[in-house]
Amino acid sequence: MTDQPTARDEPLVLGIETSCDETGIGIVRGHTLLADAIASSVDEHARFGGVVPEVASRAHLEAVVPTMHRALADAGVALSDVDAIAVTAGPGLAGALLVGVAAAKGYALAAEKPIYGVNHLAAHVAVDTLEHGALPEPAIALLVSGGHSSLLLVEDLARKVTPLGSTIDDAAGEAFDKVARLLGLPFPGGPPIDRAARAGDPSAIPFPRGLSAARDLAAHRYDFSFSGLKTAVARWVEARERAGEPVPVENVAASFQEAVCDVLTAKAVDACRAHGVGTLVIGGGVAANSRIRTLAEERCAKHGITVRVPRPKLCTDNGAMVAALGSHLVAAGVTPSKLDLPADSAMPLTTVNV
Amino acid sequence: MFENRYRLRPAPPFRVPVGGGVLIVVVDSATPAVTAALASVDDTGVELLAASVTVDARAHGELLAPAVTSVLAKGGATPKDLDAVVAGLGPGPFTGLRVGLVTAAALADSLNIPAYGVCSLDALGWAAGPGRVLVATDARRKEIYWAVYEDGVRLTDPAVGKPADVLLSYGAGPLSAGADPRPEPHAARLLDGTRAAVGDGAHRYADILGLPVLDEPRYPPAAGFAALAADRVRDRMPTEPLTPLYLRRPDAVLPGERKPALR
Repeated sequence: MTDQPTARDEPLVLGIETSCDETGIGIVRGHTLLADAIASSVDEHARFGGVVPEVASRAHLEAVVPTMHRALADAGVALSDVDAIAVTAGPGLAGALLVGVAAAKGYALAAEKPIYGVNHLAAHVAVDTLEHGALPEPAIALLVSGGHSSLLLVEDLARKVTPLGSTIDDAAGEAFDKVARLLGLPFPGGPPIDRAARAGDPSAIPFPRGLSAARDLAAHRYDFSFSGLKTAVARWVEARERAGEPVPVENVAASFQEAVCDVLTAKAVDACRAHGVGTLVIGGGVAANSRIRTLAEERCAKHGITVRVPRPKLCTDNGAMVAALGSHLVAAGVTPSKLDLPADSAMPLTTVNV
Repeated sequence: MFENRYRLRPAPPFRVPVGGGVLIVVVDSATPAVTAALASVDDTGVELLAASVTVDARAHGELLAPAVTSVLAKGGATPKDLDAVVAGLGPGPFTGLRVGLVTAAALADSLNIPAYGVCSLDALGWAAGPGRVLVATDARRKEIYWAVYEDGVRLTDPAVGKPADVLLSYGAGPLSAGADPRPEPHAARLLDGTRAAVGDGAHRYADILGLPVLDEPRYPPAAGFAALAADRVRDRMPTEPLTPLYLRRPDAVLPGERKPALR
């Protein structure tokens, strides 16, 4: 093993993620992805139209050990080989987080490994290092999922992350789920809307761009709002139905998606320019949307900003992202968490690790 | 439904193992008491080497792992010295209960040792002494988790319900083979003989239950879990899935009709 890189340069870290409905266990060595095992309870939530916290927590408990076995087998390592265990400590669903945090503690104390309780959103940023290598700092991160919509200034991924803005009502992914339901498309709504939108005209219906008017920008320059957009889509669809006219699903999907992606990318580019930052990282489940990638690249290219978007499987919740952040923290010499670390469903964005 | 997979025995006296005992760790988080213990099991009995009990209904996730570390240290053991993990399966409030079960599962998996489950009410019943006793723990929502024991042996399936309905429910559980299936005489028979109630649920609803409440045991004792799993530990039985006794379905509401956005 003499030619192996030292642990300090490329730490071998196992990451556990249970903040929502995916039980994810990933293993990375430095920036190299070795395993990304996932068990999802999404099918159990579909008929409820959203994630049911208790159903998710029960599924996590059942899935943790089998998912751990798959991850270790995929990576070809033993738990005794890892340098540290990282776990999402927040933000997320309290009961769901707690299953992962308690599991991580059990494994860490039994295997006598250091534990890092990390921020889910910082992990969404860190996962990009597995795809594109070390993150240039500072960077702007746009994190969009079913639970979060945030713009962050990342000056030091291990120590200094500053929130610039976030949604003041629904998360972007939530709007996708609600509009999908309105259009009779399945849950989760992101992928079917993306597919339907490909055959539609994004300029067919002028849906509103939340918090983009001059008066809103003064107070909410980097904040988002998707609740009004969702209602506007509902009203438009209902008016059609009442008039006895068919609903052009493709056009509604494309126009709604365009409204979301327009605001997200416009504000992300604005944040980059205002802070003189040359790198935009996009993460979270909504980053898997094809339109947001294209639009971000188009707009960033005009201003000389590099866009980094990990492949879709790494954008949605997974354990590899937690491992990636853990590995970064170990390499940066950050002190591990204590064994009494709490799960914090409302963990502030400024907290990278606890 | 819950299956009684093992026979319960009255509390045996604790003896110091002569040697050759195996080490087990006990964890239970089914009640506000977060419990961890290190025990030695040999052919002659069970010895509790160290125990940690902290009553705090809101901090199971913070307290349990340090408690395990602490009992190992107090007993002069390392995780690698452990031969089995014993966990309280509940019933208990879900979020706290899962902390104990996933901790136990992770310990057992990491150390490649078997895990055994014990109904948390059984640990209380084991310690409740002779005669017929109602064991009740707090199920929140003004309900209790409960079961009836005789000389430490459970007579009814663990159940959840309002304290006032427990007496009615007595008739529903399986008393024993050949029990009278008619609820009323069955219930009357159980009630007649019940001398006391134990557990934090019994304390909380003493006035409704109308039974004398014993001060102790109030929470499931570590010694009870160790004793009730001792046979399986000695016989090196295969590891068990640590399936929680939820007894309630998740709260989840199917979405209704779409609310109109236009007026």
